Amino acid sequence: MAQETSSKTKKSSGRTVRLRVHRQDGPHAPETKRVEEFEIDWHPQMNVISALMEVQRNPVTVEGKTVAPIVWESVCLEEVCGSCTMLVNGKVRQSCTALIDLLSPNGEVVDLAPMSKFPLVRDLQVDRARMFDDLKKVKAWIQLDGTHELGPGPRQSPENQEEAYPLSRCMTCGCCMEACPQVHEGSNFIGPAAISQVRLFNLHPSGKMHAAERLETLMGEGGVADCGKAQNCVEVCPKEIPLVDSIAQVSRQATKQMLFGWLLK
Amino acid sequence: MAKAASTTTESGKVRRVIVVGGGLAGLTTVIKLCEAGVPVDLFSLVPVKRSHSVCAQGGINASVNTKGEGDSPKVHLEETVYGGDFLANQPPVKGMADAAPGIVFMLDRMGVPFNRTSEGLLDFRRFGGTLFHRTAFAGATTGQQLLYALDEQVRRYETVDVEDDKGIIVRGEKMVRKFEFWDFLSIIQDDEGRARGIVAQDLKSMQIESFPGDAVCLATGGPGIVFGRSTNSVINTGTAAGSVYRQGACYANGEAIQVHPTAIPGADKLRLISESARGEGGRVWVPKDPKEKRRGKDVPEKDREYFLEDKYPGYGNLVPRDIASRELFLKCFHENKGVFNSKSGKNELEVYLDLTHIPEPTLRRKLAGILEIYEKFVGEDPYHNPMRVFPAVHYSMGGLWVDFEKSADGGLVKGSPRNQSTNIEGLYAAGECDYQYHGANRLGANSLLSCIYAGLVTGPAMATYRANLAKSSWDLSSSLFDKAEKREQQNYDAILKMDGGENPYVIHKELGDTMLRDVTIERHNGTLEKVLEKIGEYEDRYQKIGVTDTSPRANQGAQFVRHLKNMLVIARVIATGAKNRDESRGAHFKPEFKTRDDANWLRTTMALYKEDGSRSEVNFVRALDYNLCGKPLHVTDEVDISLVTPRARKYEQAGAASAAATNTKADGADGKASGKEAGASA
Repeated sequence: MAQETSSKTKKSSGRTVRLRVHRQDGPHAPETKRVEEFEIDWHPQMNVISALMEVQRNPVTVEGKTVAPIVWESVCLEEVCGSCTMLVNGKVRQSCTALIDLLSPNGEVVDLAPMSKFPLVRDLQVDRARMFDDLKKVKAWIQLDGTHELGPGPRQSPENQEEAYPLSRCMTCGCCMEACPQVHEGSNFIGPAAISQVRLFNLHPSGKMHAAERLETLMGEGGVADCGKAQNCVEVCPKEIPLVDSIAQVSRQATKQMLFGWLLK
Repeated sequence: MAKAASTTTESGKVRRVIVVGGGLAGLTTVIKLCEAGVPVDLFSLVPVKRSHSVCAQGGINASVNTKGEGDSPKVHLEETVYGGDFLANQPPVKGMADAAPGIVFMLDRMGVPFNRTSEGLLDFRRFGGTLFHRTAFAGATTGQQLLYALDEQVRRYETVDVEDDKGIIVRGEKMVRKFEFWDFLSIIQDDEGRARGIVAQDLKSMQIESFPGDAVCLATGGPGIVFGRSTNSVINTGTAAGSVYRQGACYANGEAIQVHPTAIPGADKLRLISESARGEGGRVWVPKDPKEKRRGKDVPEKDREYFLEDKYPGYGNLVPRDIASRELFLKCFHENKGVFNSKSGKNELEVYLDLTHIPEPTLRRKLAGILEIYEKFVGEDPYHNPMRVFPAVHYSMGGLWVDFEKSADGGLVKGSPRNQSTNIEGLYAAGECDYQYHGANRLGANSLLSCIYAGLVTGPAMATYRANLAKSSWDLSSSLFDKAEKREQQNYDAILKMDGGENPYVIHKELGDTMLRDVTIERHNGTLEKVLEKIGEYEDRYQKIGVTDTSPRANQGAQFVRHLKNMLVIARVIATGAKNRDESRGAHFKPEFKTRDDANWLRTTMALYKEDGSRSEVNFVRALDYNLCGKPLHVTDEVDISLVTPRARKYEQAGAASAAATNTKADGADGKASGKEAGASA
């Protein structure tokens, strides 16, 4: 086959890419915190991940020191799995869609750092387990009777689908959490991602039947009222999910539930 | 003593089964087990929500027939086995096609935001290898949406308490325990060879641990990364399948590797542009003049060559993937008519995939997911410019050999412990890592279906197996597990001590380049000989790897060395299988043997592992004996063709793939393929 031709013709341009990587061996090893720089050959269509892969094949810093390959998280490389979130030149984003030509048109150094709002695992990898736990808290699922055959699901208008689908593309990447000023060590704020999932499931014809339960999980401390309306979340969401709308809607639903919920019981 | 099948041991421990892999197949298996009251430990390399199933774009097939076209599961069955060039056993395919409408309805009930018709029903679109609208879809990120729905149901089971046989809650025990960021190392076998649990490694602490399980299911996906760059996720190294193959599991039809016709070339990955682009009307073309200098959108209709439509008027741009990929390759590589690049002054290995004649709002509603990928990675607007694409390795039809038990009506016996069972008792396989449903070529939108169907079958099969188990893994001596754990610890320590001069990522890159160049669209025996020699050299070089990272935490380098070993083993299975099969069938194409040879090769390739010093060897067998639930079973490589008689594929002719089920008069539909054209697959 054919793609290898591009790698054969790769050299010759002489152009290189410089990466500055913020590394640390583990959460309990602050003494290993360091910044390392790497210089690698430029390829067409290069992105941050393919640059990191290039370093794996030759893990030598610009000072000529052989080091351990850089640790990062990635899976799909097409911005649909949510794994490879990091700070690229200080901005939180998926690193697979971070194209080198756009980041560094004139050979500027590309700075890579791990997200700061989650516990560090190593180098560029962090632990986002809390986001998955939060989905448990808000019961982000349909209460299914079972997988046995019960015929088609409820009919839904195309409009309903068109509202639900963008919300359902949330890949739990953590960009919104990183950008949110209300999410920090001293706060319990659940963050935009989980709130938006409550909107999604409360929208579904059978999900609606359990809307009250979901809203109750967001009414206390750390719930939807903790949003500071900075609107950073919607700015950084790689899937352009209308997170601010979601927060506003869920907030209204929660208020209604708080005021009139007892009447419905 | 507590019965082997009871939920808890006498000391109150919960007996669990193990599922490895949290994509569609694994998650469905888990849900079925939970519904059967069987607690599960679920292991995954990554948080299950990030499994490779997210990458599936176009949709899932089910003959719901809401468009009044006369579609039915019978047609779906026929088109699937016809598309697969008759290499698939037909009873499992029938089971899958029959179950498909129910599966889509189940997903709909789970909340998958499928696209809708104006009446509020599920919408369906066309896909390759069929003339029917059979593919339900959620935009162009259907795999993601299906995975999320199943992930949500499994998450719910993480909050459901385990109950003992009397219905009393077992404190602190939930139906599902997830082990995410854990790498599967091997199964633990008892003296009779039964799977009794697994050894796995925590990828953060690098702790190696053994886990008992009364049955084990691998749902660990395909081996696309063996080819270096493909449409696959970086985690799809096939390591788990490779590992159990080395422990004695049979690997089947390894040579059946699907190359998808339309992907975006890239340095790290070849990103898929879904077949749904063509299902919604996308057209593939090249300029008639190979030196055409105008931009794609400026080339007028009369100067374009729609080569798929011209050659295959019956199915046009929606011929199956094996055929479309070969035609693209022919056009670009042999005829040198790929899109001309004035900068490089040569014809690139690219053709146009054109959607610009379709209104933008329609594209946004139905295909936004993939067009966004094109925009982000290529930096061009695909709504107004034809996209430039080329084939890429996409899917493995082959995988772990699994059994099935045929029912009286030609499908599968529900709940039979034979279904999806490997030849290692107690070890099951489901999803892309099994070989069961697609023969020599998979139809688009059948993979999401086969993964979920396999899960729906595997869960009950494991539950039955467990109920028949004479002795539970929890009642075995702990030394069995300690020994296995110790063995794996030694293997890992040995990796950390490797101090040669070779870099594992470099060996992998070379392996990928070799496999991509020589073991994909066209295969030549002479070249394959050389490939096998090279794989041997890579295996030798593997011994000389130097591990630069000896960190006790999140050591991805050492983990990669382990995966590389299994990739080399699987590469050999793929390349040897390709060399042996002297015919052309589905995705397996040899210019030296252009036709399908049913007399000699209508059979499953069954591979068993042999080690020859540091190099691996493949032992091909025609039959297998294995035990299940106390019964000896004998299986052969004969393909079950009891439902649709093999005939030559003729996609030039509309309706040829469904002629028997729809009673259309098409050549060869009566089962008597005209001899001279038999197997004219391209």
